[in-house]
Amino acid sequence: MKPFTYARAADAGDAIRRGSVPGARYLGGGTNLVDLMRETIERPAALIDVTGLSDGITEQPDGGLLIGAATRNTALAEHRLVRTRYPMLARAIVSGASAQIRNVATVGGNLLQRTRCVYFYDEEGSRCNKRRPGTGCDAIGGFNRMHAILGASPDCVAVHPSDMCVALAALDAVVHLADASGRRSVNLTELYSLPDGRPDIETVLEPGELITAVELPGLPIAARSSYRKVRDRASYAFAIISVAAALDIEDGRVNDVRLALGGVAYRPWRAWAAEAALRGEPAGEAAFAAAADIALAGAQPLKHNGFKIELAKRTLVGVLGELAGAAA
Amino acid sequence: MSLTVNGSAVSLPDDPRVSLLDLLREYLRLPGTKKGCDQGACGACTVLADSQRILSCLALAVQFDGREICTVEGLGEPGALHLLQQAFIEHDGFQCGYCTPGQICSAIAMVEEVRRAVPSYVTLDVAADNIVLDRDELRERMSGNLCRCGAYNGIVDAILETFGGAAR
Repeated sequence: MKPFTYARAADAGDAIRRGSVPGARYLGGGTNLVDLMRETIERPAALIDVTGLSDGITEQPDGGLLIGAATRNTALAEHRLVRTRYPMLARAIVSGASAQIRNVATVGGNLLQRTRCVYFYDEEGSRCNKRRPGTGCDAIGGFNRMHAILGASPDCVAVHPSDMCVALAALDAVVHLADASGRRSVNLTELYSLPDGRPDIETVLEPGELITAVELPGLPIAARSSYRKVRDRASYAFAIISVAAALDIEDGRVNDVRLALGGVAYRPWRAWAAEAALRGEPAGEAAFAAAADIALAGAQPLKHNGFKIELAKRTLVGVLGELAGAAA
Repeated sequence: MSLTVNGSAVSLPDDPRVSLLDLLREYLRLPGTKKGCDQGACGACTVLADSQRILSCLALAVQFDGREICTVEGLGEPGALHLLQQAFIEHDGFQCGYCTPGQICSAIAMVEEVRRAVPSYVTLDVAADNIVLDRDELRERMSGNLCRCGAYNGIVDAILETFGGAAR
């Protein structure tokens, strides 16, 4: 690990002042960043610990929730209003990592965790455009069964590893940001930038910009929602495919739906077109399968991950069927 | 800058690169907490921070300024074992024993999570305020602690005997 300085931010203003120095990085729980520093993939000159900033979960007038970026993953999953109003989010969080890691990892850090592509992690042995832009990608011609089938570029086929973010994408979450010039917010689905050209730049955050909160809009449909994760072992593994879905059925037809996929792209993948196709359709397997075909229509398999396309479709149909069954 | 380890005040190292795990093992000479993978994949380094289970390998010691850390050495000692330690012996909850301190710290905090109704991935109704610690719940909740000897059946039996049915 390269030497660095460590300071605890007293408040958001203090954090932003300290974080605007070149080489500074914000530190949440550290469950990803500390590991990457040990591998010398991340080499910050200064760590600004922001876990003392807001970790409140506040109910909003529209029935939504404002979640401080320092909220620990466990605290979010166990919050009563999350469990009752956004069950897919609670399920997504507890499907990720282990309880020990969820107790420490923060919401802000979860958004910014880096890919688990093994070539990205192989600092000494592999080429990686995310680690060293312009050097090439050994995943594209390598062992890539875990890699992207949607939104991939000739420069990078890594997938975003978060489970929580898949649910947040489906729930229309908004990310609140702040820096020295002021505050702004971006939709979670627009937080991540295309890997083309510069896969090392993963988000639209400006240097030194701080995630202060994540906002969930009031979304009654989310009360009937779920998250299913398919992985190589029963627990404590990253997703091969995951699906976050919410379904509202009226008189046997889909009144409204939310769909997002994990394990398929550089960002959590909201399936907008599949949602649009489903609205108004009879809530049954035929319509679910047609929507799954639409969601995966643009999929481009690599040598080893073609199975993900069919797996994603079946998982999508399975989750929608489960939600429809619960509604019947 | 200081933290508490098993009830004693401890100074933090000057170098912020020191992990909590290395502080415990190399600086404080508390070898009960084990270094397995040192990358957050095995759970051998699990300790309690303010009664919550955490991985000491993925944490810098400086992050725990002002916090209370409890390691396996703080739970029991020969002649006065924690109930769960005794149950691990009776149920053969280990072979080599390397993962055991992490398993024991993890299980003690896990039971509190069940009592707080923290859901798990196998909890059918995440909105429920009452969760019963059955075998499926237990195995899912302990999945962050690997045992390469495969003593899982004994581990599950020991935890269930000590905390079985834990719920409010």
